[in-house]
Amino acid sequence: MNDTQPNSFKTMPDENGRFGIHGGRFVAETLMPLILQVEAAYKEASADPAFSKELTYFQKHYVGRPSPLYFAERLTEHYGGAKLYLKRDELNHTGAHKINNVLGQALLAKKMGKTKIIAETGAGQHGVATATACALFNLECEVFMGAEDVKRQKPNVDRMRLLGATIHPVTSGTSTLKDAMNEALRYWVANPDTHFYIIGTAAGPHPYPEMVRNFQSIIGREAKEQLFEADGRLPDALIACIGGGSNALGLFHPFLDDTDVSIYGVEAAGLGIDTGKHAASLTGGTPGVLHGNRTYLLQNEDGQIDDAHSISAGLDYPGIGPEHSWLHDIGRVKYVSATDEEALIQFQLCSRLEGIIPALEPSHALAFAAKQLPLMRKEQIVILNMCGRGDKDLEAVLPKLDERGLL
Amino acid sequence: MSKRLAASFAKANKENRGILGIFVSAGDPDTKTSIKILDGLVESGVDMIELGMPFSDPMADGPAIQAASLRAIRSGMTLKGSLEIAAQFREKHKDVPLILMGYYNPIYRFGVEAFLSEAKAAGADGLIIVDLPPEEDVELCDPSLQAGIDFIRLITPTTLGDRLPFVLEKASGFIYYVSIAGITGTKSAHLETIASAVGRIKHVSELPVVTGFGIRTPEQAATVASVGDGAIVGSAVVEIIADASANNLSSDETAKKVARFAKSLSVAIAKQTSN
Repeated sequence: MNDTQPNSFKTMPDENGRFGIHGGRFVAETLMPLILQVEAAYKEASADPAFSKELTYFQKHYVGRPSPLYFAERLTEHYGGAKLYLKRDELNHTGAHKINNVLGQALLAKKMGKTKIIAETGAGQHGVATATACALFNLECEVFMGAEDVKRQKPNVDRMRLLGATIHPVTSGTSTLKDAMNEALRYWVANPDTHFYIIGTAAGPHPYPEMVRNFQSIIGREAKEQLFEADGRLPDALIACIGGGSNALGLFHPFLDDTDVSIYGVEAAGLGIDTGKHAASLTGGTPGVLHGNRTYLLQNEDGQIDDAHSISAGLDYPGIGPEHSWLHDIGRVKYVSATDEEALIQFQLCSRLEGIIPALEPSHALAFAAKQLPLMRKEQIVILNMCGRGDKDLEAVLPKLDERGLL
Repeated sequence: MSKRLAASFAKANKENRGILGIFVSAGDPDTKTSIKILDGLVESGVDMIELGMPFSDPMADGPAIQAASLRAIRSGMTLKGSLEIAAQFREKHKDVPLILMGYYNPIYRFGVEAFLSEAKAAGADGLIIVDLPPEEDVELCDPSLQAGIDFIRLITPTTLGDRLPFVLEKASGFIYYVSIAGITGTKSAHLETIASAVGRIKHVSELPVVTGFGIRTPEQAATVASVGDGAIVGSAVVEIIADASANNLSSDETAKKVARFAKSLSVAIAKQTSN
């Protein structure tokens, strides 16, 4: 860190929702009043002890928090270097970190008197979490999902239907997460009075990136406390995968000012950054404006958004949350990438060595751990966010593992 | 207000009618046809052209205009290409106001300063950039006004209370009333709702109010134009281009079909003089 660094990395966003040049509120006028309402309601709720008490209650008794911080002894031995701890957010109810944010936003929607919820989903984890919270709080739920993803993630589609959500398969554009978000926003524009839009990642117009980050920060707060209890110290490094980046910010944010902690965000390199078929917005993108915020995007010279590619539907997005873009610009977090192939290998390895079937998303984080841990000393400690479980991916992954002789 | 816009509204006012604005996407279905369509629109008595600069992810647009953008992008249209079409239009049609419509990302990527100077040189009178609310005025609205290009404010059914004067504070050119909460080419608003909204806006601003979104027929255009200062038709026009393109019609035939529809709109508006 050099002299030009801020005193704290936790003061963003500013009142206009900016993280450096990133963030902001780039939305149509129809949505602007709604977004201001959400911001006001969120501010009020954040200061309300009754709101956080209610949220804490559901986090504990419904989600099962705190999630364990687990020393992955066999993976540690296999990688041969620093000690690897897994933050087990895949054990949350619904099987991923998404529920942390959804419960917060669903309670906020209720507080605002909204009865209907919109959500976009890629891998389906956010959709399932939203459908779950809607069942719990008696809210109507409409989920927008790319038609391509509806096929890729059938078990999650079935779960959402069982939970009572209506699925809108999206066929515009590339039929993936980006298009699901376009359609969700279009639907919100048409139903501004009745609906609340629960965005699933730390992106979108202000206040979403800040709000989602804060709801997810419970991951990092717990991890910090748990490691203090276990080893009496801070970790040496953090690793998390990044699509929009909410699980990563959730883990990273409480550690941002602990500048001795190295932080790594792992983007999806798809078939490889140099093939152009990837989803690594920071590694291979440029700043632009999409879905209500300025951030790094995969786009061509004319500012048209490029298709992302990743084996993981949850990382298959051409943008990234604006706070990550800022942390990248100022160098506080180091952003790296892992390919489809590397993630597949870790998917199998983690299952075999730890008895934990990771989702394809955190398999990308494991792929970086496999390279980074051997470079570190044995007494050093790394926390990796195991942000989701892999049951949803079996149909897509198993034939590929079979081809590679890994089954 | 740009001279061309002022003259256009004054002329319509004198004829006791509202103006007719037509939206088409630049380069839809290709550059050659697009230019012929624009020429045909002017010949049909259209008062103002809203030229779409295609974007891959048009958040405020319905299926028709989404498809138009994609057709244009697939045919190779770019922001630069859109500006070139605008410049060619201006060379031939000195007096018809031309508004460039689009989303911020292609402009941001192109560079705001370069874009404004090329838009000015191309003879654009105003900009409608859907994803730049007043909260983001420093991005493009302020530099645009400085460059002498009107930055058209959008007022929607959700722009209520104190927000209306706030949004209208820097309004220039005319005010675009988005008559529905929704995306282009979907539902239509009731005439009374539009009339009351136009009244609300006119209470705050002296600029002309032009209504768009959900106006599909000559009758709708005529009645909507009569309760304000004009009507803009987009999706219904773009659907004719889509149909012609799907049936492989020639550029001339496509332009003729679009012109015929535009003529029916302008005739209906001329007949229904404002009350």
